[in-house]
Amino acid sequence: MAKVLVVTSGKGGVGKTTSTAALGAALAQTGQKVAVVDFDVGLRNLDLVMGAERRVVFDLINVAQGDANLSQALIRDKRVDTLYLLAASQTRDKDALTEEGVARVIAELRERFDWVICDSPAGIERGATLAMRFADVAVVVANPEVSSVRDSDRIIGLLDSKTLKAESGERMEKHLLLTRYDAGRASRGEMLSVDDVLDILSIPLLGIIPESLDVLRASNIGAPVSIGNVGSPAANAYIDAARRLCGVPVPMVRPLEKKGLLGRFFGRRAA
Amino acid sequence: MNIFNFFRRGATAPLARERLQILLTHERQSSCSPQLIAMIHKEVLAAIAKHIAIDPDKVDIDIRHKDKVSLLEINLEIPASVSEAADKKAA
Ligand SMILES: Nc1ncnc2c1ncn2[C@@H]1O[C@H](COP(=O)(O)OP(=O)(O)O)[C@@H](O)[C@H]1O
Ligand SMILES: [Mg+2]
Repeated sequence: MAKVLVVTSGKGGVGKTTSTAALGAALAQTGQKVAVVDFDVGLRNLDLVMGAERRVVFDLINVAQGDANLSQALIRDKRVDTLYLLAASQTRDKDALTEEGVARVIAELRERFDWVICDSPAGIERGATLAMRFADVAVVVANPEVSSVRDSDRIIGLLDSKTLKAESGERMEKHLLLTRYDAGRASRGEMLSVDDVLDILSIPLLGIIPESLDVLRASNIGAPVSIGNVGSPAANAYIDAARRLCGVPVPMVRPLEKKGLLGRFFGRRAA
Repeated sequence: MNIFNFFRRGATAPLARERLQILLTHERQSSCSPQLIAMIHKEVLAAIAKHIAIDPDKVDIDIRHKDKVSLLEINLEIPASVSEAADKKAA
């Protein structure tokens, strides 16, 4: 049975696209067939992060409108051969994507893949609601920062009301992926801690991705960080998160906080 | 301010956490529009002001949702002199 997963957040720039690519690649590396789908019409980036920007011929809208078939539009990854990309179009017309069109594409993807991962655009408008509309599972990406947490709360509300699953009375499975986490700052009380965010949003934790240069390096070379920078803490965190999505009970490792003597003494107080 | 805050002026996360908790409890509950609350606020205030002199800032009106029902909560502070006078009359 295919699983349709939406990676969403409300706020922009928190790491949805990075996470879509990294989780997709990590899942595909276990041999499962994975399609990552860019819903960010007009501002596509997933192709760039995946290093496939020069191979895009047809996109999601072409397939949704019936101008191309799925086989023509899917781009197979050059590194992991069970990983495919369906790019977004650069068109300015956001209304080009209809619910019926998306429904057809998702239904067809379900037949061919084990995982269909939808990279949501920012915001709570049409693009974001279409990306989550047919999902079975949601990964809510948040940064430990007030506006991101507030927007995630809004998105959780939408996941519980505006998805097909919610409308049919079922519970939407939701996971929190905390990204760009700086353990040092959290321990000094300069940034919300893992527990702060978990307490406030109260959905289960899928993983903690550290703020890291490795993510930037991977996007520079056009590779999902989970396969582009093997062995880095960010890659490991994404690989663990992907395994948890498959139901493997991987213990959660909190990012290490390097503390000086004073920090060790006072650090806990502030947290 | 306790001694730890003194040592750690960077510890702003607890405040962030508190503000978020208050804001989100409010946002999650407000299935009725803020305009509606504002309207009720104004009319209740006018009704009470006919009988008692009150400070509009000391009136708090909110709608809370509990399972299947909503509670309209009105909290207002009545100045001590007014309530004492009322007590004497009653006694
Ligand atoms: N863990 C991380 N550490 C450092 N930079 C990150 C991390 N995650 C994302 N970024 C950077 O943040 C920016 C926004 O990320 P992106 O995945 O495009 O966010 P979104 O899709 O939510 O808008 C990019 O420049 C990306 O490289
Ligand atoms: Mg994005």
